[in-house]
Amino acid sequence: MRLELREINKRFPGVLANDRISISADRGQVLGLLGENGAGKTTLMNILSGLYKPDSGQILIDDEEHVFNDPAAAIRAGVGMVHQHFMLVPVFDVVEAVALGAETVSGPVGTFDRAAARRRIVELSEQYKLGVDPDARIESLPVGVRQRVEILKALYRHSDILVLDEPSAVLTPYETEELFTIIRSLTATGTTIVFITHKLDEVLEVADNIVVLRRGRVAGTADPKTTTRQQLANLMVGRDVELIVPKGPANPGDVVLSIRNLRVRDDRLEMAVDGVDLEVRAGEIVAVAGVQGNGQTELVEAITGLRTSDAGEITIGGVHVERANPRTVSDLGVAHIPEDRARDGLIAYMTVAENYILDTYHREPYSRRGMFDLDAVNAGAAKGVKDFDIRTPSIHTIAASLSGGNQQKVVVAREFSVPVQLVVAAQPTRGLDVGSIEYIHRRLVEQRDAGAAILIVCTELDEVLAVGDRVAVMFDGRIVGILSGEDATYENLGMLMGGATFGEGHAA
Amino acid sequence: MKRLRELLRKALVPTLSVLTAFILGGIVIIVTDFEHLSQLGTDPIGAVLGAIGGVLSGYGAMLAGAFGDPERIQEALRTGAPRDVATAVRPITESLVSSTPLIFTGLGVAISFRAGMFNIGADGQLIIGALASTIVTILMSGAAPSEVILILAIAVGALAGAAWGFVPGFLKARTGAHEVITTIMLNYIAALVVFFALRSDTLRAPGSTSPVSRNLTPIADVPTLLPLPGLRLDMGFIVALLMAVVVSWLLFRTTVGFELRASGFNLTAARYAGMSAGGSMMLAMALSGGLAGLAGAFLVLGTVGQLSIDLSGGVGFNAIALALLAGLRPSGVVLAALLFGALTSGGKTMNIVSGVPFDLLFFIIAMVIMFVAAPGLIRTIWRVRVPDPAPEVASVTPVAPSDPV
Repeated sequence: MRLELREINKRFPGVLANDRISISADRGQVLGLLGENGAGKTTLMNILSGLYKPDSGQILIDDEEHVFNDPAAAIRAGVGMVHQHFMLVPVFDVVEAVALGAETVSGPVGTFDRAAARRRIVELSEQYKLGVDPDARIESLPVGVRQRVEILKALYRHSDILVLDEPSAVLTPYETEELFTIIRSLTATGTTIVFITHKLDEVLEVADNIVVLRRGRVAGTADPKTTTRQQLANLMVGRDVELIVPKGPANPGDVVLSIRNLRVRDDRLEMAVDGVDLEVRAGEIVAVAGVQGNGQTELVEAITGLRTSDAGEITIGGVHVERANPRTVSDLGVAHIPEDRARDGLIAYMTVAENYILDTYHREPYSRRGMFDLDAVNAGAAKGVKDFDIRTPSIHTIAASLSGGNQQKVVVAREFSVPVQLVVAAQPTRGLDVGSIEYIHRRLVEQRDAGAAILIVCTELDEVLAVGDRVAVMFDGRIVGILSGEDATYENLGMLMGGATFGEGHAA
Repeated sequence: MKRLRELLRKALVPTLSVLTAFILGGIVIIVTDFEHLSQLGTDPIGAVLGAIGGVLSGYGAMLAGAFGDPERIQEALRTGAPRDVATAVRPITESLVSSTPLIFTGLGVAISFRAGMFNIGADGQLIIGALASTIVTILMSGAAPSEVILILAIAVGALAGAAWGFVPGFLKARTGAHEVITTIMLNYIAALVVFFALRSDTLRAPGSTSPVSRNLTPIADVPTLLPLPGLRLDMGFIVALLMAVVVSWLLFRTTVGFELRASGFNLTAARYAGMSAGGSMMLAMALSGGLAGLAGAFLVLGTVGQLSIDLSGGVGFNAIALALLAGLRPSGVVLAALLFGALTSGGKTMNIVSGVPFDLLFFIIAMVIMFVAAPGLIRTIWRVRVPDPAPEVASVTPVAPSDPV
């Protein structure tokens, strides 16, 4: 079916989330909806799926106007939504999870006709090559398959228009490829797909037509056959973006962070960091690469004072911190950008200003003898918001209402608001859009050039190679190789990450 | 102006909750008014009117009991005699007297909740504070001027309450023992400690067989505010208001308060930011207990004048309700405590004058809390238009607001 949204307006307190947005997709087409976090993509899709009502504007399906008062109305009109966070009952099996809410019933008291439902699910699964086992329990399925169950759910409800909200956010690269295959088989049978994402490569690969949203408006449209990554990125952010931040050669100075034979246990008391030696010098960026779960988290926690180490030495600027608490480490001039910013880096229901001073509140000028100087706090936060281009209605807005990228900027702004000698950043750009990634990388390089030592932990090789001056590969609790310059290639890193040893790797 | 609108918006749900609870209370009075309802068959109109009249007279008596009887006020204005003035203002001063311990304990509960500690133990902390004050007063009797005894007794009462509150905080911080369990258990222990203490001849009222202490008034007495006969309103009320200011300052203007609130919202983030989460727990519980202890001290040294087992009358539990009603804001606690105080003192009059049982109050208070906890209900009933919350906020409602008022 043909989908068209005309002049959609939606206002939330303080923000115009959708400003006269018009998009359309023909039958069997994939419309790529591209935009940064907070550009209004999700709001638009919630309008399409009946969760929100637009303030004005029309929704047309096959040129007929529809008004969706609730999600059920949207489903009846043939719009199916696959949310970023899945809505599946974990203890149900696939048949039950898919049929839930749309059960076929039979018999005098209306019992659930499981056999009929199962037949249809198997049929759909085969038709679109979803490869879903109808009898498997949801909780036993990997994330990629659960997503296919969500797609199945929409198809089961006779959706001819399928909305996929950031579908690849939770998928591995291989699973993403599988998803694209499924999308192609769906469009081949006439399903219209709206594919929401902030990842450039994906829209270029899968979309027939691209609409870029920026700050609630349509910033432009593009044809994936003729457009480039760079053009899309510029359109998305509204200026020329550098996908790889330029940086000069590192100029390493004195050793700032020195780790000797460090051993750290994880929560299950197993040795997660098992004899790590590492040095980070002033003016260089050392990237720790590795598949997640090889001890990186524990390493970072040990450095920042959050976890007590079992054995070994850690010094920061010559000061031993094996037994230090987070406050002591932070007061040494260590910026810590935690992996899970929503859980560890921010207090969601405190204001931007309060979050901005979260680990410097006890110092001047923000407080003196335990009492806040609110003018100084507000002035500091206002400066941070301005310097770091944090998009927030006010410094007194609660952090939870900011977009992911802006939340991360609050964390980065805070950590860089005081002079630092060492930056420890864990997955600093995970889940961020190109504009924010460029921004964060630029700030990291800036700190490096200002003489800070930088340790970043990263699972994405692109990022490791883009920002790291030296790359340390972590495997099974050990640093198995440190590469720099020409040695640092995809192939070498990939090999080391898989556990192979690299003959010419330089020991630190 | 914007600030005022913001305040009104925040007060909307609590206000409508109170109103709705009173309307439902009225319905309860009507359907339990068997005297009038039994006439439904013979005289339906009279029966209904009579039942509604019952509601009006009940609520009328409550208002008069809470704020004063208009006739008596006119009388007082006419004669100007101290006795008449005292009679006229007694209801409203009694409302303030009832609200005083509620302000103290409500503030205490608000502090602990802000820090993420679900302190159910205000009642125990209150009675331990009262016990400590009583012991100090009786032991020091004659050994120092009464003003000195008074101040010392109040200070020791607050400290004892703080110590009693500190225990669950310490247990939680060090061993992870859940504060709901420990504070409830410490309530029992506190009550029994007081019971045992009152067996001693030193403390117990001479000649009394029931567990009540000697009368403390001759030894030390909190000064009353109005120089009129028979009015109990004393300095305790002023101290309670001061404490609201202090707590508000502490929570929103000091780094200690910042740490308390941060740990209450998100313990891991507070830890990442270098705060001592355990320290915040212990401090919040000690402050909370200290305020409850003050409530106990002012009860035995002022309002009541002696220690007894049932001194608190459930104040510590009402404090939880009113702290939630207040959105954990100190100014809100004062307002909610004034409301509860007025209800309590008005309810007694209602019972005496119109025969509507005092228990109706608990019904109304429970309804208020329920509506405040379920704001969606109030919005539906009263068709209050509220704009769609921004998408990121819509999915979760904050446990406690972060902004100072």
